[in-house]
Amino acid sequence: MSTHATAEATELDEGETATFGMWVFLATEVLFFGVLFFAYVMTRLRYPEEFASAGRHTDLTLGSINTGVLLTSSLAIALAVRSVSLGAARAGAWLLVATLALGAVFLGLKSLEYWHDYTEHLVPWLDFAFAPPERNGAKLFFYLYFVMTGAHAVHLIIGLSLVGFMLVRLWRGRIDAASVAPLEVTALYWHLVDIIWIFLYPLLYLVSRT
Amino acid sequence: MRELFAWHVGASPYAHRVDVLFWTLTGITGAVALGVITVMAVFAIRYRREAVMARGPIDEPPVTGKRWVEICWIVIPLLIFLAVYVWGANLYFQYASPPAKTLEVYVLAKQWMWKVEHGNGRREINELHVPRGQAIKLVMTSQDVIHSFYVPAFRVKRDVLPGRYAVLWFRPTRSGVYHLFCAEYCGTDHSRMGGRILVMEPEDFGRWVSSGAPTATLAAAGEEKFRAFGCGGCHGENATVHAPSLAGIFGHDVPLATGQFAHVDERYIRDSILMPSRDIAAGYPDVMPSFTGRVSEEDILDLIAYVKSLASAPSARGDIR
Amino acid sequence: MNATSVSSPPAPEGVPTGDARPIEQSYLGAGSSLWSWLTTVDHKRIAILYAVAITAFFFLGGAAATLMRVELVTPRGDLVSAETYNKLFTAHGMIMVWFFLIPSIPTTFGNFLIPLMIGARDLAFPRLNLMSWYVYIAGACITVAALIAGGVDTGWTFYTPFSTMFSSSYVILAIAGVFVVGFSSILTGLNFIVTVHRLRAPGMTWFRLPLFVWAIYATSVILVLATPVLAMTLVLLLVERVLGIGIFDPALGGDPLLFQHLFWFYSHPAVYIMVLPAMGVASEVITCFAHKPVFGYRMMAYAILAIATIGFLVWGHHMFVSGQSVYAGATFSLLSYLVAIPSAIKVFNWTATLYKGSITFEAPMLYALGFVGLFMLGGLTGLFVAALALDVHLTDTYFVVAHFHYIMVGGSVMAYFAAIHYWWPKITGRCYSEGWARFAAVIIFVGFNLTFFPQFLLGAGGMPRRYHEYAPEFQLLNVLSSAGASILAAGYLLPLLYLPWSLRFGARASGNPWDARGLEWQTASPPPVENFETPPVVPERPYDYRPQAAAAEGGA
Repeated sequence: MSTHATAEATELDEGETATFGMWVFLATEVLFFGVLFFAYVMTRLRYPEEFASAGRHTDLTLGSINTGVLLTSSLAIALAVRSVSLGAARAGAWLLVATLALGAVFLGLKSLEYWHDYTEHLVPWLDFAFAPPERNGAKLFFYLYFVMTGAHAVHLIIGLSLVGFMLVRLWRGRIDAASVAPLEVTALYWHLVDIIWIFLYPLLYLVSRT
Repeated sequence: MRELFAWHVGASPYAHRVDVLFWTLTGITGAVALGVITVMAVFAIRYRREAVMARGPIDEPPVTGKRWVEICWIVIPLLIFLAVYVWGANLYFQYASPPAKTLEVYVLAKQWMWKVEHGNGRREINELHVPRGQAIKLVMTSQDVIHSFYVPAFRVKRDVLPGRYAVLWFRPTRSGVYHLFCAEYCGTDHSRMGGRILVMEPEDFGRWVSSGAPTATLAAAGEEKFRAFGCGGCHGENATVHAPSLAGIFGHDVPLATGQFAHVDERYIRDSILMPSRDIAAGYPDVMPSFTGRVSEEDILDLIAYVKSLASAPSARGDIR
Repeated sequence: MNATSVSSPPAPEGVPTGDARPIEQSYLGAGSSLWSWLTTVDHKRIAILYAVAITAFFFLGGAAATLMRVELVTPRGDLVSAETYNKLFTAHGMIMVWFFLIPSIPTTFGNFLIPLMIGARDLAFPRLNLMSWYVYIAGACITVAALIAGGVDTGWTFYTPFSTMFSSSYVILAIAGVFVVGFSSILTGLNFIVTVHRLRAPGMTWFRLPLFVWAIYATSVILVLATPVLAMTLVLLLVERVLGIGIFDPALGGDPLLFQHLFWFYSHPAVYIMVLPAMGVASEVITCFAHKPVFGYRMMAYAILAIATIGFLVWGHHMFVSGQSVYAGATFSLLSYLVAIPSAIKVFNWTATLYKGSITFEAPMLYALGFVGLFMLGGLTGLFVAALALDVHLTDTYFVVAHFHYIMVGGSVMAYFAAIHYWWPKITGRCYSEGWARFAAVIIFVGFNLTFFPQFLLGAGGMPRRYHEYAPEFQLLNVLSSAGASILAAGYLLPLLYLPWSLRFGARASGNPWDARGLEWQTASPPPVENFETPPVVPERPYDYRPQAAAAEGGA
């Protein structure tokens, strides 16, 4: 009995350790994206008009839908963690499926948006639409747009694989109410990816339209 | 042995002031280094294990820290540091603010040479002739990568970036020939991108600068290009297009269409030529084409000299708003 | 210390002395095949994997430096072409900074000692630890391949627009490799932070941590917070280089100063990544051989944290002549003086630790005292380049080169050698030749000063750095410097001989050959796989040395 209690305590400990590790990693991620936000602000200060007019060419509709999709996915994974820790593994699994689906929808819509950008000649290293006075600044806007959303998409893809991995583990019964930590860690990461989008969305889609 | 101390030579009053700081700091840090090393050596010998020495009662741990000692060696260095900081910053502000009356020389850096243009149109490469006793102000830009204009004898250097104008000034007070180095790594022949600064007696300089049959002053060359590029068609006296006159604007603030003001300096003129739509002067239409790719950095330097020369002339059209 | 420890460790001859146990029963005996080493998750074995790799990179980077110093004997470029010279100093800088100095003490001694010092079984994430090593090796190989195959001539600083427009395409590979190595740094730092927070033995409170652990902890925080900035900056640089659009090149409408700001936001704290662990080593070694508690333990710990914090706010002092505003310059200068205060505290405290100690002068102590002296000179000359007007004259000259080599080579590398000699018996279970080790310490100290002190004079005289050819009046000092470099090189080669020698022929070391405090000395040499046979409990503060008793014994 006592050995069992110790094992449980260690597992709980390990869970906390993993969660703490993820928080440290999130600090890294914040600085990682911080560079992009800093670069965006500095460049925007130098090209305010160009950024404003280029910013009006992003796809507000798709961007807004995607914001909703991603926020919902965050809700789904939060509920998944809750269900699993309350012992409802089956519900948790379905919520993870929902998270995966919403993440995939986000990527799908994002790709569609990239396609629109391509057809509208908004890709700065291909045949770029903007004419000289605005050309330089607009190029930099769309350059940052692609780097920022691209870096975010890479993170989302990593998030999707993590969630998929968790789903498999949950399915095989490797995760239960007592060992929910890996799922919690994954959810933390997912929330971060979500929060980064919450900062990207206004910078790329909204500010220029005010 | 003499060459060990060749670098002693400072050739401007500013260089001497920097040297005073340098030697003062050398004195302070030398004393500290010597002091600490001496103390370490004394302790090392005195408290070596074999030394018979009263170290206090056996079961007492010896000194593990004394508050007042620690406070001393925080506060005293701090005060010294602050003094050195203020001293260095004060000199730095002198370095960064050229006096009002200077002899202006344009410098264009490229891989791997320094091109120099004097006000009267005299040009030279990898050499800079200047008169003794006069404040010289260099207006520098680069055509490719970052370079750095470094004259050890004047204790000054300044990075020269493409796309902007860097200012460096000095007042040479010793005639002679001094090194000019590029101090920012700029590619293969970085170490050969140097030259000479020749500080001459004012009358010799006068003779030198007017010799060599210069074709035209920089401003005149600029005026020539002003016409050749068709700038005068809009900005000139008899222009039919509604464009701002350039007379007297240099060094002043001009209103922009956005309601802000722009300070007219070298960079503003360069931007206006290359990216005319960036800052539209208030009350004028956005009709000027960009000259990117049509004018060289040297052309721009000439044009700047021309616009500057208009600064003192009476307003040609009198419609500066 | 490289090849021999990878192959099967020698069997002990005769009966082990003291609490030394047969090496087979230690972590070294846990497996001797190459495969067992490449798949190990034991922090002690991973530390040795790192040691092997960084030793290789140290000598590779050193070879580049040697060629440079030979070239600089004469003012004309007669040995190698300008292009080759530029590739050499780039290779030297990149290899030494990213593949030797930054990982050096943290990944070897940090890895080996953190769990031992805090009484833990391993790091928090052992498999992540092994992965960090593979990531490091992969990234380093990519960059070194680029450096050797084609050569990169940007300098380790990658300044734009030179790197994005004017240098060869190998720069893309080199940048990619550094980017990859960044992840290794981040994961290692993360692992250490979590370990120190979560896995301390009962009784090991924060203010009972050895200063080495404090130093590695602060270093890890910098690794975790600064490295991602470099990583993303390199991504932007890569994209700009590949696509020809970007925010750094003025020809594209970008701002090269933005790159410099981002680069130094990482690269200045990186200096503290290199030197904080060295400070930690010095604190351990000096207290041990002075046989006295460290003077002002708390202040030492606070100083480490202060350096790590303020170190993030001084990056702009690399840009006093770049064209940033004079007010920014004034602010960065002031902050640079503030970060000098905690460094000064540490030097004074090490000196005061000697007071009323019971000092012996084994090789680790010689290296550690050498570290204090050289680090102090590096720090004091830092006051010159932090002073705005002096920096205008001295920046980008050999004065700066000498200054940072005093910090990084005189400081970090000396401390690295102190650490090797101090913990060698613990790691390998063998004693090296004390005479040779002391001899090497003296040679390195003399060679180092002869190499780099003339460079202060060269810089003050106005010789710019990264010069393949130079004005003839600088020759005398350059010859002196090159002569010193040959002595220094000989000094660095010596440990490569007598340390591996000791693996086979050295006497067996006892568990605590230096009579040191600290948990790592409470277990066998080499430690068992599980570090401690019984989980340790920490009843007291660190460095509970009693010089009186030691002196009474030693003097008797």
